[in-house]
Amino acid sequence: MNSYSLVFIIIIYLAVLFYIAFLAEKKRQSKWVNNPYVYTLSLAVYCSAWTYYGSVGIAANSGIHFLPIYIGPVIAAPLWIVLLRKIIRISKHHKISSIADFISLRYGNNRFLGALVTVICLFGTLPYISLQLKAVSETFEIISGDNSYISTVVIDDSTFYVALLLAIFAAFFGTQNTDASEKHKGIVATVALESILKLIFFLIIGTYITFYLFDGTSDIYEKISVSDNFKDLTTLGKVEDGFNWFFMIALSFMVVFLLPRQFQVTVLENNREKHLKKAIWLFPLYLLLFNSFVIFIAWAGKLTFGSTENAEYYTLLLPLEHGNTFLATLVFLGGFSAVISMVVVSTLALSTMVSNNLVIPYGFLDKFIKNQPERNSKYIKTIRRISIFTIIITAYFFYVLFSKALSLYSIGLISFVIISQLAPSFFIGLYWNRGSSKGAIIGMIVGFCIAIYTLVLPFTLEVYSGTDDFRQYGLLGIEALKPYALFGIDFLSPPSHAFFWSMTLNLFCYLTFSLLSKGNYRERNYAEMFVDSKNFTNLQDSALVWKGEAYVTDIKNVLARFLGEQRAARALRIFFTKYELSQDTQLADARLINFSEKLLTGSIGSASAKILIASVVKEEQISLVEVLKILEESKENIVSNKVLLEKSNELSQLTSRLKEANEELISKDRQKDEFLDTVAHELKTPITGIRAATEVIMDDEDMPKEIKAQFLKNILQDSDRLGRLINNILDFEKLETGGLLLDLKEQDIQRTIAKAISSISQIAAKKEVQIVNNNVHSFMLSYDEDRILQVLTNLLSNAIKFCEAKTGKIIVDYKLGNQLIEISVSDNGKGILEEDFLYIFDKFYQSQDQNTRKPEGSGLGLAITKQIVEKHNGKIWAKKDIKNGATLVFTIPFK
Amino acid sequence: MTKKILIVDDEPNIVMSLEYTFKKQGFEVFIARDGSEALEILKHHIPDVILLDIMMPNVDGYQTLSYIKESESLKHIKVVFLTAKNKASDIEKGLKLGADKYLTKPFSVKKIVSEILELVT
Repeated sequence: MNSYSLVFIIIIYLAVLFYIAFLAEKKRQSKWVNNPYVYTLSLAVYCSAWTYYGSVGIAANSGIHFLPIYIGPVIAAPLWIVLLRKIIRISKHHKISSIADFISLRYGNNRFLGALVTVICLFGTLPYISLQLKAVSETFEIISGDNSYISTVVIDDSTFYVALLLAIFAAFFGTQNTDASEKHKGIVATVALESILKLIFFLIIGTYITFYLFDGTSDIYEKISVSDNFKDLTTLGKVEDGFNWFFMIALSFMVVFLLPRQFQVTVLENNREKHLKKAIWLFPLYLLLFNSFVIFIAWAGKLTFGSTENAEYYTLLLPLEHGNTFLATLVFLGGFSAVISMVVVSTLALSTMVSNNLVIPYGFLDKFIKNQPERNSKYIKTIRRISIFTIIITAYFFYVLFSKALSLYSIGLISFVIISQLAPSFFIGLYWNRGSSKGAIIGMIVGFCIAIYTLVLPFTLEVYSGTDDFRQYGLLGIEALKPYALFGIDFLSPPSHAFFWSMTLNLFCYLTFSLLSKGNYRERNYAEMFVDSKNFTNLQDSALVWKGEAYVTDIKNVLARFLGEQRAARALRIFFTKYELSQDTQLADARLINFSEKLLTGSIGSASAKILIASVVKEEQISLVEVLKILEESKENIVSNKVLLEKSNELSQLTSRLKEANEELISKDRQKDEFLDTVAHELKTPITGIRAATEVIMDDEDMPKEIKAQFLKNILQDSDRLGRLINNILDFEKLETGGLLLDLKEQDIQRTIAKAISSISQIAAKKEVQIVNNNVHSFMLSYDEDRILQVLTNLLSNAIKFCEAKTGKIIVDYKLGNQLIEISVSDNGKGILEEDFLYIFDKFYQSQDQNTRKPEGSGLGLAITKQIVEKHNGKIWAKKDIKNGATLVFTIPFK
Repeated sequence: MTKKILIVDDEPNIVMSLEYTFKKQGFEVFIARDGSEALEILKHHIPDVILLDIMMPNVDGYQTLSYIKESESLKHIKVVFLTAKNKASDIEKGLKLGADKYLTKPFSVKKIVSEILELVT
């Protein structure tokens, strides 16, 4: 195929991608753009030309060493649910637009740190982009069979034009919005499409080679297994290889979070958190599929060509060897897709960093403050577009100068090691609030320098000086400083070695300087917000400790320069409504400062936002003492709130107890009134009788003798009743107030029962009621005999009262229970009404059903009985469910 | 014409003194030990006056008076409460129910007789 038709195909293909990006931008809300599959496929931007071509090269040359780069992400994927969700939440909340922004914000909008991260990312990504361009140009050469592309003049080099086209694409779809934290749906959609294409094309060529050119996997295996170094290619080999594997897995584990393009697609372009759930299994599956044919293609190539000189391009060379130009073109397009996605997303991410974290905060801020809003937004976009072109063109020249001498694989690893220098401040900073900006900066610089010394410098010097003295003998000939074997560690591969040293020292510096230096209040604020992101919603805007003076109008002016009058006014309106502040608030508070910084972050980066807002705000430096005081105060508040809460709980408990006590008092008072009423009534009745009878006798001198005698007998009766009543009341009062002392003596209960029966036998005999003493065994027990006699007499007279005359029968019985004696008095009278069970022991309670004459007693009998029994620590009750009659039972415990 | 009086009280000793006194005064005396007995008697005899205790078992004095005042044939009968309850609220309640007089225990027999005579002549 000649180069013109290939260029034509490339242009058609790019046009299709432009169209798709355009459609996706136009239908931003469509389901086709916003679903977990598009999200997952966009993550596959991880598989660049390195994967597409480089893996086969490694597999052919050194066996299964291409795998660790994919194992790392596979291990990382399940952690995304926890880790990435946190990162995504923080990023969305603070309108983060790049990983530089993220790290700089974590360490208190640190301007220098943002710039440093940007520089590291540039160093890490430029070679990577140049690697992609190298792949395009080399595959272009292979397909077109034309090697005139290696032109000494840039103008003749087709790769240069490809690079330019990519820059135009990235610039057009990457800078639609001034706010870089806005989603780039068009670019994401094309990346997803390209991910499908590159996977399908790679699987097609894999199938073609394995099953068409050869007879399946086992055929290739059998053929290759007879070759000389077969064992080396399929096993891990020595312990050193194990180390290499471990470091490579760790490296790829980190960079799958940190690579600017990965951060862009996984974090910034994430629409919904729940898309992560699909991604954590679908993405590893994608990687697995991608790698399934790698080893067989490598072996097939080796078997076909013998040498492994051009092993990276076996996928192109094999079909071409068999005359299949169509398949080769498909493969080329698949590779080209991988290149486009990588280059476009990377430059997009980098250009945002360069503009927001390098150019704007270090040069253009003053200008922005003076400019009109429309011009500002135009300026920002222009800065980004220029960055995109600069990055791609720089990458192109990097490729021209260096990449030709290096394999895809080694360039890729250099990038990885450099980018991984962000890891300590990024990962640890998420979970350790002590991590400080000083630690982060020193760690990164140290790690970066070591990575440059051990990885970049050797080959750069080699390219320039043409000798490998530096690599062979170390800096100034010092043995310990040999770049590939620092301090004698010579058993690791150069990338593992570089990763080991840079990461160890980076981590050491980060931890040490973080522990040694405390950040300022602002830094610690953000650290707290990142680490404790669960309480994020609580902390939010008010979390910032801030002291100073600022006017809403000033802040509004700054906002208006970047957002335009309308948006700024609307934002402030929303803010005031949210915090229920008056719309014409004059003085700004910490929340508004923080809110405004967040609003600007998307457009100009967090560091610049801070500087801008600070320019209109008279902020007073808060001393550490003051911060501590503020913290202490809020702590005290919390404590005193807690105390207050406890007190109020106590109070309400007390109140309810008082209420209860009051109710009890009221009821007691009512009971007392009733008691007095009843007592008065009971006293008045016999007195009335006595008075009336006496009066009648006095006034009637000729009263017949028998009648007179009857009246006198009545008087006597009433006087007795009065005496009894007074005794009972006194007894009861004594018992109830606890003034009664029991005269406890060891005596026979049987004798006491017999005494009680005999004392009441006259009344019983009068009514012809039979009393049976059932248990004649004696039992010695300690009690106050007079009192228990009173109890028994009361119960017995009650029983007699409720018995029918002549047929009445009363049974007294006792039995021994658990540590107590249980004495019962049963009668065959009319029994106790159900509604009376609860009250019969209340004083003066009289059954409504009582149609007999009033008892001899006072209405206090059972109440007194109860008091006496309880005084003996016993219990008294009326047995329920008795067929006929009533049974009253009381107990006396042994001790 | 002989005046008829119904004495309703559950205290036999008190009833006895009253019965003796009113008989001597020439009254025809009926005795009831509580409200229900009184109402039973009222089915057959219409007295001129009723001397009514309040605190009695079963049907008390209040209930008995209410019943009497509801009955067309009985409501004209003069009713005098004779009770130990001497609180102002009790007295008010009794008079409100329609009692003609409210006398309290302990009492002077002579006074009772004069009050009753005042009512029925």
